[in-house]
Amino acid sequence: MGASNPVSGIHFELNGESVHVVPNLGERLSETLRERLDRRDVKIGCNAGDCGACSVLVNGDTVCACLMPAQQASGQKVETLAGLVKDDDHAKALMERFQDHGAAQCGICTPGMMVSAVALLRDTPVPTEQQVKDGLAGVLCRCTGYRKIIDAILGVPSTLDGMGGAGGSMRRLDGIDKVTGVEAFGDDVAPSGTLEVRVVRSPYPRASFVFGDLDGWCASTAGMEAVLTVADISGKNCFGVIPDFADQPVFAEDIARFRGEAVAAVVGTPEAIRAFGPENFPVTWTELDNVTAVDEAQVAGAPQLHPARAGNLMCRGFVKTGDADAALQAADVTVEGAFSTSFVEHGYIEPEAGFAEVVNGRVEIHACTQAPVMDLEAMATILGMDRSQIRIVPTGVGGGFGSKLDISVQPFLALAALKTGQPVRITYSRQESMQSTTKRHPAEIKLKIGAKKDGRLSGFRFAGDFNTGAYASWGPTVANRVPVHASGPYRISDYIATANGIHTNCPPSGAFRGFGVPQSGIAQESLFDDLAEKLEIDPLEFRILNALEDGTPTVCGQVFSQGVGAKACLEALRPAWDHERKAADAFNAASTGSLRRGVGLAAGWYGCGNTSLPNPSTIKAGLRADGRVVLHQGAMDIGQGANTVISQIFATALGVSATDVELIGSDTDVTPDAGKTSASRQTFVSGNAARLSGEDMRAKILRHVNLSEDATLAFESGAVLVTDAGKTHKIDLTGMEPDSEGYVIRSSGTYDPPTKPLDENGQGIPYAQFGYAAQLAVIEVDEALGTINPIKFVAAHDVGKAINPMLVEGQVQGGIAQGLGMALMEEYLPGRTENLHDYLIPTIGDIPPIETLIIEVPDAHGPYGAKGLGEHVLIPTAPSLLNAIKYATGVRVYSVPVTPSRLRQAIKGRTND
Amino acid sequence: MPYLAPINTEEAFRFLESNNPRIVAGGTDYFPSLRQGQIDDDLLDVSRLGELQGVTRTDAGWRIGGATTWTTIAHAPLPPAFDALKLAALEVGARQIQNQGTIAGNICNASPAADGVPPLLALNAMVEIGSVGGRRMVGLSDFITGVRQIDLKPGEMVVALHIPDISETATSSFSKLGSRKHLVISIVMVAAVVEVKAGKLTDVRIAVGSCSPVAKRLPELEARLVGQAVGDLGDIDFGCGQALAPLSPISDVRGSDEYRLDVVTEICRRVVVDACKGN
Repeated sequence: MGASNPVSGIHFELNGESVHVVPNLGERLSETLRERLDRRDVKIGCNAGDCGACSVLVNGDTVCACLMPAQQASGQKVETLAGLVKDDDHAKALMERFQDHGAAQCGICTPGMMVSAVALLRDTPVPTEQQVKDGLAGVLCRCTGYRKIIDAILGVPSTLDGMGGAGGSMRRLDGIDKVTGVEAFGDDVAPSGTLEVRVVRSPYPRASFVFGDLDGWCASTAGMEAVLTVADISGKNCFGVIPDFADQPVFAEDIARFRGEAVAAVVGTPEAIRAFGPENFPVTWTELDNVTAVDEAQVAGAPQLHPARAGNLMCRGFVKTGDADAALQAADVTVEGAFSTSFVEHGYIEPEAGFAEVVNGRVEIHACTQAPVMDLEAMATILGMDRSQIRIVPTGVGGGFGSKLDISVQPFLALAALKTGQPVRITYSRQESMQSTTKRHPAEIKLKIGAKKDGRLSGFRFAGDFNTGAYASWGPTVANRVPVHASGPYRISDYIATANGIHTNCPPSGAFRGFGVPQSGIAQESLFDDLAEKLEIDPLEFRILNALEDGTPTVCGQVFSQGVGAKACLEALRPAWDHERKAADAFNAASTGSLRRGVGLAAGWYGCGNTSLPNPSTIKAGLRADGRVVLHQGAMDIGQGANTVISQIFATALGVSATDVELIGSDTDVTPDAGKTSASRQTFVSGNAARLSGEDMRAKILRHVNLSEDATLAFESGAVLVTDAGKTHKIDLTGMEPDSEGYVIRSSGTYDPPTKPLDENGQGIPYAQFGYAAQLAVIEVDEALGTINPIKFVAAHDVGKAINPMLVEGQVQGGIAQGLGMALMEEYLPGRTENLHDYLIPTIGDIPPIETLIIEVPDAHGPYGAKGLGEHVLIPTAPSLLNAIKYATGVRVYSVPVTPSRLRQAIKGRTND
Repeated sequence: MPYLAPINTEEAFRFLESNNPRIVAGGTDYFPSLRQGQIDDDLLDVSRLGELQGVTRTDAGWRIGGATTWTTIAHAPLPPAFDALKLAALEVGARQIQNQGTIAGNICNASPAADGVPPLLALNAMVEIGSVGGRRMVGLSDFITGVRQIDLKPGEMVVALHIPDISETATSSFSKLGSRKHLVISIVMVAAVVEVKAGKLTDVRIAVGSCSPVAKRLPELEARLVGQAVGDLGDIDFGCGQALAPLSPISDVRGSDEYRLDVVTEICRRVVVDACKGN
């Protein structure tokens, strides 16, 4: 013995088969599995052991494949999800139960979750909830809020009802690929060995820079194929999601405006990219003065980000009605406060990634995205190419939450493919994903609210500065949405609200679930509690008294004659509000130590779709001669469930089950524009387009047989059977002439929500519909440590009509988890929390049970009455937690996240201890 | 360079001497330390060294091989004085990290927030270091000399941790304070090993992590608590006098220095009380 064990090639057992590979020295097992053995069901989220997406079993033990040298697997038994679901009974059962519960949303964490669950169930076939949490604590999920995952592993009965139409809880139509690891995300589509792109980024918040001899460096660096700079951009070196504000370069020119901004990119073989160190790239940096906070950015002499935007003011949103100051003067009581929030990172587990190639002279970009057609438009501008020469093929999206609305990897991929003529791929590291992509705007908010003794609101004055970072991105949308929504879902006659978007040398702030409304909701809903306290009115009854109703104007002067569900949501919380407060009071009365319980509530509303702007979606479908109905579903499913919901709506309109419909996913060559997955618009807007398309197809079919609207349809091979009044007619499709896409009958529906522009005071019709929400949080505070233990949420959401109640619950739970993170732990600090161990998102142990109360106040504009939901859910969460903290401790907290350190400080300020 | 994963310790020492490679065992700190795409030319995998594996009883106490994983430690049959170490083992990341991460890796990474260090300090752990030149033992408190700094010379590696004999009736506990439930780098952590006889503390050892560059014992507090009745622990000022003098917390994203000093006394009290309860 004692001989050295130099390993060049290694053998191990992979999913029951013996494999032999020759990894690089110290290569991560995850890379070996993905790139050498094509096991792309092993997902990469962080390469640091922080997210657990790459979990595999080695000799039955769960490990992060990203942290294991491949050579350590030599002679061992390695199992991945793809193998487990074929051979392991636990995995097979989990595969079903994950689908039954909607436990996989985007699906990027699902392999890690299921692999961890298999290890748990092998040890503990009937685990407790706590054992599930301990067993799965190493895997982060950003979509589900974990509760459905816990339910699936515990095997609690599912709520599926077998219905495939609008209103039915059915499995996701795209779920099977997610629970088997087949779903291909941005990094999963490129063949191994493809040329890779690496971006060179500014190490400083603001810096000038000069390149050295790039050509010489490239020529002398082994395996390096090309360097990309602004010189390679044939179109405009500028993009932005809002045309009037487009200001962001693909590659910074002369000055980089934030840490992590791209200035160049290198393209090379995988070996060359592996060896590449940005410190060796020929660029010389000169760090310049910078501003990172909105107050600094507005002082005279501060560095200016964009010459045309004086004082670093990007834009201002404004809404005014009545006379807020006079009403505040006339109020019997007033409250005010200054609130601040932090940058929040989207924290999807899938970093931006993609693949591109030139096919017949056209550039085809496969990447994760929420907005394929916007990507197409941006790329046409950047590349200076006609849109017809570009194809966007979205991959699976491992979470988006707003940030994947903006382009990220797309221009680098396209430029590299065009310059080298070869296929290329890119995957952002976790750090560069966090450094360079958009964030939630930090807000500095001053708010004063008044009320009369009878509890009626009297005056509301809101002023917010939103740190929009170096570039506009969706900052203008935030600035415009906030004043429209800052009132909350309440009747306020005298109101003034301004929201400024201020540039700083920080990463661009953009879209993040709620577009600024979660920030304004924190201020408004916190002060509503304070107001109720001063008025000595129950805070729930105070909200109900002031809630918007049908026929009462919003602060924009918009009057809904129907569909306003604010009061219904609040009223639904009455039983829990009574019960939970009694329980908390009893707990506190009995508590002799430092634990205090608190109950808090908050409401919210959110306008679905673009603010006073055109916002159409088109959904087309075709009937093939073989009797198959094909739905061209271009509404990006980023985990929320659009593939299923849009199909359910279409199927209902057509008169079949969603399981009868064949889905064609988003691809700018084959699906019409269903707009972006943003603004909680897909169920509402694309859902309406799907309904119109389904109705169109149904009408065309019925026209063939001239039967009444009551007829039922059935599709069989080569025919449609139409039954009415007991008589069945058969439409033979085989003799019909198919069109170029193979369809004998085709249909299309386009819907654009009716809105009207806002005037200079923000008066008008910003949205065709709002959704409404009210949530209640129960927490336990350890006053001695400042820690908060969430115990329960009750969430009432008016969705108009729950197209798929199971998916509604999934959205509610996931939104609450993000709201909880924003409230209690999440704080992105450029340069300091650029990874998933310093930037904390909730783990499976942090999310308590969530009871969802689905409220259905139908909306006349919504498909079957449905309203949007995705963003509404996290708006009330943070303020409900802050109000619960106040209830428990008597302390009003004005800034988030409320870390233990901050809460303890506030508590000490209260008691002077 | 071939990948070297020897099974013989002397061979590992020779390679250390000749090549000065980086050492990898569980990989949980090694891989995150690499630049994107980086691969080391010289790497010594110590995970197959038999001598570095497992927990064994020795004449003088217990020996924990350096490459023993946290999962192994958490399930090892050990007296109650090790409960603090076992609790810490179950708070190192989550299952994945516990299955991979090793005890020597934890101390060699020398993070102020290394979960294993406070319980090991409370157990008076010694570090066995080996090289071609032979073996030496050094106390853990002397081994970790600063943030990311350890007393390890070129050619040396940690072979094992040694825990001196400790009373079978000594009990212990551990607590970690963080901003979320799992996968968290602690704001403050405390380990305590105590012995209680006739309701009074006869031996007290308290170690605090994340409040100084290197986790520290609190000797003055320990001395003050010896002789106290367990029932009186609620009334004692754990922050009295110079009890917290060894600590020098910093303010960072996880919490302020002031906060750390504020809560550490309460956590010390809770952990000592918990330790007194035994199993």
